[in-house]
Amino acid sequence: MKKIVYREIEGSSAGFYSLLAWFGLFIIAAGAATLYMEEYGHYVTGMTNQIVWGMPHVFAVFLIVAASGALNVASISSVFGRKIYKPLGRLSALLAIALLAGGLAVLVLDLGRNDRLIIAMTKYNFKSIFAWNIYLYSGFFVVVGIYLWMMMERKMNRFTRVAGLFAFIWRLSLTTGTGSIFGFLVAREAYDSAIMAPMFIVMSFSFGLAIFILVLMAAYGWTGRPLGDAVIKRLKNLLGVFVAGVLYFVTVQHLTNLYAAGNQGVERFILLDGGIFTSLFWVGQVFLGGLVPLVLVFHPVTGAMRQYVALAAALVILGGFAQIYVIIIGGQAYPLELFPGMEVTSSFFDGQINSYTPSLAEIALGLGGVALALALVTFAAKVLPFLPMSLADADIDPHYMKPEPEAEMNEVEGTEKAA
Amino acid sequence: MTSPSNKKAVTPPIDAARRNLLKGAGALTVTLAAGVTLISPARAQIMVRKSGQPASSDIRWGLLIDANKCTVDCEVCVVACRTENGWEGHGRPETDPQWIRKVNLKDKKTGVRVSLPVMCQHCETPPCVDVCPTGASMKRADGIVLVDKHICIGCRYCMMACPYKARSFVHEDVTNQKPYQPRGKGTVEACTFCVHRVDAGRIPACVEACTEKAYGALTFGDLNDPSSEISKQVSRYVTTRIRADLGLEPGVIYRGI
Repeated sequence: MKKIVYREIEGSSAGFYSLLAWFGLFIIAAGAATLYMEEYGHYVTGMTNQIVWGMPHVFAVFLIVAASGALNVASISSVFGRKIYKPLGRLSALLAIALLAGGLAVLVLDLGRNDRLIIAMTKYNFKSIFAWNIYLYSGFFVVVGIYLWMMMERKMNRFTRVAGLFAFIWRLSLTTGTGSIFGFLVAREAYDSAIMAPMFIVMSFSFGLAIFILVLMAAYGWTGRPLGDAVIKRLKNLLGVFVAGVLYFVTVQHLTNLYAAGNQGVERFILLDGGIFTSLFWVGQVFLGGLVPLVLVFHPVTGAMRQYVALAAALVILGGFAQIYVIIIGGQAYPLELFPGMEVTSSFFDGQINSYTPSLAEIALGLGGVALALALVTFAAKVLPFLPMSLADADIDPHYMKPEPEAEMNEVEGTEKAA
Repeated sequence: MTSPSNKKAVTPPIDAARRNLLKGAGALTVTLAAGVTLISPARAQIMVRKSGQPASSDIRWGLLIDANKCTVDCEVCVVACRTENGWEGHGRPETDPQWIRKVNLKDKKTGVRVSLPVMCQHCETPPCVDVCPTGASMKRADGIVLVDKHICIGCRYCMMACPYKARSFVHEDVTNQKPYQPRGKGTVEACTFCVHRVDAGRIPACVEACTEKAYGALTFGDLNDPSSEISKQVSRYVTTRIRADLGLEPGVIYRGI
């Protein structure tokens, strides 16, 4: 194993600038969407007094959950001492910060009074999980920022383990806080469950790693730096374990809810006759976002082919969106049961399945958050040395001996030479 | 008939007459109307809240809704609330605010029908107050749950947490606001128990309207005062609260459901 050399990406090609320009376009569109929603009010969105959280929240929660998960790669190196992950630590922490920034931007810009952000930062109700999250989220930037510094500054390297451990604990707390936003909602049958917090943690492992894999592949593909199969193999196996973990938690979540007679209505809605939500759950979340990626990463043929690993990661991301959409929107679409056992009607849609159609403005705002996160990563990789010059097997794999037969299919230039 | 006639039964426990009672502070106890409510001067003083004077925890405002007296087609309370507080909509029912709504129920097994108004239930332990990050959702010492429009950031977490769907988000510009009931686009709002009237010694608009124009199904008063009409009624008849299983101890109590 050689010494790892980190370098800024050159970032002078037309491709680099056109990538940033595309991100910029989405960010501008999100800004315009925000102004539009602010000027006219939220009635121009698909959100209503029944579906009070919509597409912006789906994007925001996804990005925030994925942010903490993206840090996992660094944690595996610093906390659990896996050497092969060490060269990936900087990108992992950078991606975590960027995704959180993107998610929070969406969340904040959707507020009814986003001009009052300073109030959210100065007035706290400490019984509110939202208020805790403001600390957890802002603290995450600081904690991961320090962690990055320890990783990037040679003189501070000896503190990397301690900083990594602290960041790991912080990120677990953060995702617990995000899951508890829903877990603490005692009135809504779809949410009220302690399993939300651990389930969100496993979801974060899965979504964050899927994004990390794609960003890593894109960064190394576009910059022409070598990316060996050893690291991809480990990451895809890990992704498979996390995807299975999410499926396990989803199973337990629904089985637990099904066992309580009072919750069978909402379970029937999500699992059986909820229309778009049922389709998204079974087809999007379970099949495309769970079972297919599992097969892709663990099948000996597809698992050894990089494009299928990328496909699996992309499906995990899509499945993750579907899952959060079903949780957030589906949970609200099912009516609150104020009078169990009664048929209910009112002028305020009591007893009715609430419909929701996301508006273009909401989608633009959400995509803007994604673009902001990716733009931050792209820009940061140009100005600071986040990416190792080579992730070829011979350079980073401590157990590297010779090219394995499986690895030959995706051999990257440079690996051979290094061998 | 087990209860007094409508008009008498719902005699407002604090109305203009009661305010006048403050002047007669020499009396130890006073009869308000037809032997319905007795009130001591000390109690009457804390019921009318002067500007700058904090609400008192000696009082627990409550509203008793007798569903037996409420009819399906009557919307008097809703109209009165809308007029009083100025939450007229824009013809978009999904996004228009509704501080109070009539809910019609039909028992799936027996077919029995009931109609009743639902509004903010002014819980003793309100989930909306628990979840609000800035403290904009708050409960006064006298049990009235309010939104401080100055520090509400419009996150709508309170709406997610409310088991009663009692809160509305102001989805568009508001016009013709009432000076005593400020509202604002991008913030959350709900029934205030007509706090501006209550602080002035009057009863909420819905209660007044139901008493004067409809069936006298609503009784408002101090649940901490054993001599108040509402306290007498809840101690005399079996009552319940919506989603009583949640243990939130709402200040709105129902009879006949």
